[in-house]
This record gives sequence, C-alpha cells and structure tokens, in this order.
Amino acid sequence: MTEKEARFEYLIRLGDNALILGQRLGEWCGHAHQLESDIALTNIALDNVGQARNLLTEAGKVEGKGRSEDDLAFFRTENEFRNNLLTEQENGNFAQTITRQYLFDVFQFHLYSGLCSSTDDFLKGFAEKSVKEVTYHRKLSGDWMVRLGDGTEESHDKMQEALDILWPFTGELFEKTEADEILIASGAVPDLEEIKKIWIEETSAKIEEATLTIPDTMGYMARGSRDGHHTEYMGYILAEMQALPRSMPDATW
Amino acid sequence: MDTAEREKKFQEKIDSGLKVEAKEWMPENYRKQLTRMISQHAHSEIVGMLPEGNWITRAPSLRRKAVLLAKVQDEAGHGLYLYSAAETLGIDRKTMIDQLLSGRAKYSSIFNYPTLSWADIGAIGWLVDGAAIVNQTMLARGSYGPYSRAMVRICKEESFHNRQGYEIMYHLANGTPEQKAMAQDALNRWWWPSIQMLGPSDAQSKNSEETMRWKIKVESNDTVRQRFIDRTVPQAHAAGLTIPDPDLKFNEETGHWEIGEIEWTEFYRVIKGHGPCNRKRLKARQEAEREGRWVREAAAAYAAKQRARAVQAA
Repeated sequence: MTEKEARFEYLIRLGDNALILGQRLGEWCGHAHQLESDIALTNIALDNVGQARNLLTEAGKVEGKGRSEDDLAFFRTENEFRNNLLTEQENGNFAQTITRQYLFDVFQFHLYSGLCSSTDDFLKGFAEKSVKEVTYHRKLSGDWMVRLGDGTEESHDKMQEALDILWPFTGELFEKTEADEILIASGAVPDLEEIKKIWIEETSAKIEEATLTIPDTMGYMARGSRDGHHTEYMGYILAEMQALPRSMPDATW
Repeated sequence: MDTAEREKKFQEKIDSGLKVEAKEWMPENYRKQLTRMISQHAHSEIVGMLPEGNWITRAPSLRRKAVLLAKVQDEAGHGLYLYSAAETLGIDRKTMIDQLLSGRAKYSSIFNYPTLSWADIGAIGWLVDGAAIVNQTMLARGSYGPYSRAMVRICKEESFHNRQGYEIMYHLANGTPEQKAMAQDALNRWWWPSIQMLGPSDAQSKNSEETMRWKIKVESNDTVRQRFIDRTVPQAHAAGLTIPDPDLKFNEETGHWEIGEIEWTEFYRVIKGHGPCNRKRLKARQEAEREGRWVREAAAAYAAKQRARAVQAA
C-alpha cells in the first residue's frame, strides 16, 4: 500500500463515518420529542454532513481520478464504504440514538483532537475546525446519557437496552489497518490504541454516572467495516440516499 | 378608566403608528386574535418541517442535503421564536401544542400537500416561502411589537430560503428533459395551493374589518396575493416554466398579472381536514409527542433529583 492509498482509505473512513451518521440523524428531522432536541439533532447532522463534504472532496483529490464528493457519496457500492458499523445502526428510540451518538462522539472527539497535531496539513486544518463542533456534540450527548440513565425507571431501562444493543459495535472503532500503520509512522494520524484507552476511561465513567452497566458480551465484538462488510441496515441507507442521483446519472443537481 | 375609554386610547395609539407591547392593556379580542394568529404561524413552521424533512435523506447532492438540513433547522427555530412571541400574550407552549395535536388549532393548509419529487423542495422554497414572505412583510408592519419584530427577523431567513428554492427550480428547469419535467410537474401541483395559501378572497374573509382597524393585518388577502402573483409569474417565465393557468394574462393598463378563477372548494376541503396529507402530518406530530413523553418525564425526574442532591449537599 502506498502512502497515497493509505491517505485515501483514511479520508474515506472519516468521511463515511460523518456522512452515514449525518444521514441517520437527518431522519429525526421533525420527529424529535421537543423542538430544542429537533434543532440539536439536526445541527449535529449538519455538522457531520459538512465534515463529510470536506473529507470526501479531499479523498477525491488524493485519489486523483477526478471523483467529486458526490461521486464518492452516491456512486460507490456498499462494500466500498468504510464507515464504522456503529454509525449505521438504526435510530430506534431517542435512547438508542443518543447512546449511539455519545459512544461515537467521544471517539470522534479524541480522534480529531489527535489529528490536530497531524503532520498532514489537510487533516490538521480539518481537525482543528471540526473538533470545536464535536466538543459541543459530546457535551450534549453526554448530558443526555446521564439525564436518561439516571431519570425514571423507564428511561433507565431504555438506556440500558440501547447500551446492550450498541456496545458490541464499539470494538471495531479502534481496529487498525495497514493504512493506519503507514500514517502513524509519518505522524499523520494518532494511534487508535491510544484513543481506545482514553475512550474506555471516559465512557466507563460516564456510563457509571448514568447508573448504567457495560454489558458482558463474552468477548464478542462485531467487525467488518474495515473490509467493507456492513450490517443489514447499510443497504437500505444507501438505497434511500443514492436512489435519485443513480436514477439520473447524467444530471447535475 | 372604563373599557370604552381604554379602547379609544388603544385605537389612538394604533392609529398614530405606535407598537403595542406585551405588558400593555389591549382589548380581549385583540389578544385572542393575535394569539390565534401567532400560534397558527408557529404550528405552520413545525408542521412545515415534515414535507421538507421528507427529502433530507434523499437530497441528490451533499450540498443540497446540507442546505436543506439548515433550512429545516431554521423553520424549527422560527417555530420556537413564534411560540415565545405567543407566550407574551399569556398562553404557554404546552397549551398551544395540545391545541395543535387535538386538531383545534390550525396550521397553514399548504403543508397538507405531499412532496413527491425533489423538485417539490424547490417549489416549496420558491412558491410557499415566496408567498409567506409577501404575507409576512405585510405582517411586519402590524401593530403588535413582539410579532412584528419576529416577522422582520424571520423574513430575512425566508428570503434566503426563497432564493435557494428558486435556484433549485431554475437548475432543474434548465437540466435534462427529465429534470425539466420534474420541475414543471412540481409547479403544476404547488401553484394553486400557494395562491390559496394567502387566505380567502376579501369578499369571503371573516374578521377583516377589525383586524385591519387594529392593524393586526395592514393589507387585505387579495392585495397581498396580487403582489405574490406579480413577482412570481416573471420568475416562472425566466426559468422557462409554464404557470398552470390558461387564463393567466398581463393587463397592460394596470400593470398586473391576472389569474383565472381560484378553486376555493378544494381550499376549504383541505382546511377542514380532507387534504392529501392532513392525517399523516397530524399523526407524525402526535407520535413525536407520545414517543417523547418518557424523555420529558425522565428529564424532569433527573432535574428533581439534582435539586434534591443540591439541597442535601448544602
């Protein structure tokens, strides 16, 4: 793998995470339990779509085959997507959405914080700008974790159920590929091993504060996105997202 | 001061062009009419999020997706802002939402029409927001301070949405034959509802005399409608689209575009609950409310626990 290929894979991974999570959050629009939350979820969706645009545009440039952000978003097939499985999980109820959000926000925050000292100018600039957005996302979802976990019995049960469903999808956030090794060596990206330590510590403390328990999965963690293998949800996400541009491939929008 | 005298002073104030502020005395019917109007406007912003939200996950480019997300977020913000403006008249948000969910309060009937293609997102921005701007620019000159100021602020954002909507339509109308057909189809379906959206004709309109005297409205529905028509018809032509009205003609003498007869039967039927999406829209809001109950209860329970903990710690 060349350094260029490594950069492309890494940019696609970050971009797809932001895009698919933004897509999921966009489904909430108009349906949240109160206006303030509707605005907050849409705002996080918007930040993520904005990040995805920057990342995919850069990925297209690195690749050098003339693909735009839209070519990459709308004309790749499922197994070319590299987003983590966590981001594509269904919204479910608000407990599930907010738990998914929290687990991912803490990861994204520390990853972007690490990228702020990248030797890669694009990644550094991108991270410095985006980490400000994610700081707010992490605060919002973290507050909801505690509020709902330590709220009523009903909300506690819903949150525990959400955590049980989503926890197994957190393992592969930290899986490294050859691209990671190449980029770590050049100081372009942080080591996911290091991010994992901080992530475990921070999320464990918050989960405890929320009076919730990390489920025992007997060591099972879902994996696959690094090789383009997704969960059953992904096909439907892409079918919905890509339908219109694919039905009129010659059109511009 | 007795009521007659107060009403006289109130009228003098309005006639002199001053704004009425929240804490000041006002006739009960003035309060009632404004509360109805502002809450109806707030509900329209919220229900209006649904037809547009319908295309967020399917927007055909990432730029369009981001713009649409931002737009719908603006609508939620307008709703929030308007509920607050209505609250200055002594009603709370929960009461207003209950009125919406039980079907007692109305929202703009236009949102009972479906968004069937991407071009409908353009049509809403161009036509629906276009009609709203013409109406709201008029309402910004109204006598109630909090509402009038809200209108000034909201109109600025709506103008932006309006331009974005027209830009979507213009782009489609000048795109592939399929895209052009999509744009024309959207215009065909949204034109008449947008015309109707500005309210019954002056001959049919209830409460007009009082609302005009109190400057709740400063121009009649037909006047506002004509302004909307005059600014929209040339835009359609510039994009190469055809207004779906065989009787449409330009009157050289008056300088106005004249339209054919408006089909009011449909308007009243949709208002009474029998449009393509009335039940779907209300159901979506009712579900959000029902599904959100445990979240609101949990937030309240957590806040109570926090207060108790603070007392214990002190």
